[in-house]
Amino acid sequence: MCLAVPGKIISVQEEELLGLRSGKVDFGGIRRDICLAYTPEAKIGDYVLVHVGFALTVIDEAEAQRVFAALREMEQLEGLEAGTA
Amino acid sequence: MKFLDEYRRLDEVHQMARAIHRLATRPWTLMEVCGGQTHTIVKSGLLDLLPRQVTLVHGPGCPVCVTPLEMIDRAIAIAAQPGVMFCSFGDMLRVPGSSQSLLDAKALGADVRIVYSPLDALQLARTHPDKEVVFFAVGFETTAPANAMTVFQACREDVPNFSVLVSHVLVPPAMEAILSSHSCRVQGFLAAGHVCTVMGFEEYEPLCSRYRVPIVVTGFEPLDLLEGIQMAVAQLEQGRAEVENQYARAVRRGGNRSARDCVQAVFEVTHRIWRGIGEIPSSGLRLREEYRRFDAEKRFGLNLPPVAESMECIAGLVLQGLRTPDECPAFGKRCTPDSPLGAPMVSSEGACVAYFQYGKRKDYGSSPVLSSPAVGH
Repeated sequence: MCLAVPGKIISVQEEELLGLRSGKVDFGGIRRDICLAYTPEAKIGDYVLVHVGFALTVIDEAEAQRVFAALREMEQLEGLEAGTA
Repeated sequence: MKFLDEYRRLDEVHQMARAIHRLATRPWTLMEVCGGQTHTIVKSGLLDLLPRQVTLVHGPGCPVCVTPLEMIDRAIAIAAQPGVMFCSFGDMLRVPGSSQSLLDAKALGADVRIVYSPLDALQLARTHPDKEVVFFAVGFETTAPANAMTVFQACREDVPNFSVLVSHVLVPPAMEAILSSHSCRVQGFLAAGHVCTVMGFEEYEPLCSRYRVPIVVTGFEPLDLLEGIQMAVAQLEQGRAEVENQYARAVRRGGNRSARDCVQAVFEVTHRIWRGIGEIPSSGLRLREEYRRFDAEKRFGLNLPPVAESMECIAGLVLQGLRTPDECPAFGKRCTPDSPLGAPMVSSEGACVAYFQYGKRKDYGSSPVLSSPAVGH
């Protein structure tokens, strides 16, 4: 039930959905009207994490890359270890 | 899809698994709190990638599973009233009550509808003024902001034919109940990432220091889960017990302030009974006095007889991480998704369904999803 899916904001309406800030969000080709009341900072092009019709947070692109940088470092270390073994 | 696919790539997943193999020197037992995480773990075959020192036990984070039997019966009784349009997330429909499920009630003529969002239920109330529209407000902190906003809107617009049947529960009190139990085997937690997008992770800090357990806020994709495990094992091996945030792309320390404010305005903390576990103090939410006219329990005021659970179902032990689903004698025999004895065999987040669907069974051997890859030490 706590499933939340990332999607990209393609339009924003300030007071459409029952008087709340809302927007159209694209989930890999499927588009839905999503309530953006809890993400007032979200703008067109941002990725938001959506749960039962509500955006809960804007995804931080820099943080999203962090694990891959860590894995690349790890790979270099693995390579070094293999080289010295 | 961006922010999903890249966390499912096999090479990166195997690389993270190797990192855990290098770290683990002693046996450690970790619990992933959320049922959504359990499903990723079992579906992706992550249990087979872990070193034998690391044991994962599955937690109580499945709202459908912990909603008490009495509440399911109450939902069915309300749905059966004439003139009621009963709206729910799809997950709740097949959960067995004491004699039937909401889906059975629907088959018998009740107007039971699946909605994607509580706002859809409110919209049905506005377009069907002749009906009493009731929404089954079930969930953890992740879902509370949506339900709070819906009640807030119903109040603002004064929609008289809308109400909510509230069965909201909170994660940290359940974690504390597990930690304070004398039979607790959990040495570290993977905290539920989406709960933390709303609530942040400050409330885990006292738990961490009181019980000396690492708590790692963790996401839902295979690479997220393995990194969460890697971070928790690193802490345990180094003798640390801290709150760390693996899921920083979605979770900030303070959570989502405006969502928390709305939840706080509409709901207040109350005791809740957890199905299979019992009452946990201050572990749930109910409507505040100023919103209680939208409380379906009050509006319909039904007196229901007390009910008893199936004697054979060990859901309570599974939800506390004391047993795995395949240790239940009824598992896969007298209890299947088609004919469930307990809620964890129904919900898309239930541990028993995960084991059943993805073949994590003693008689099956390892998961069929990933074919046993070579994970070096």
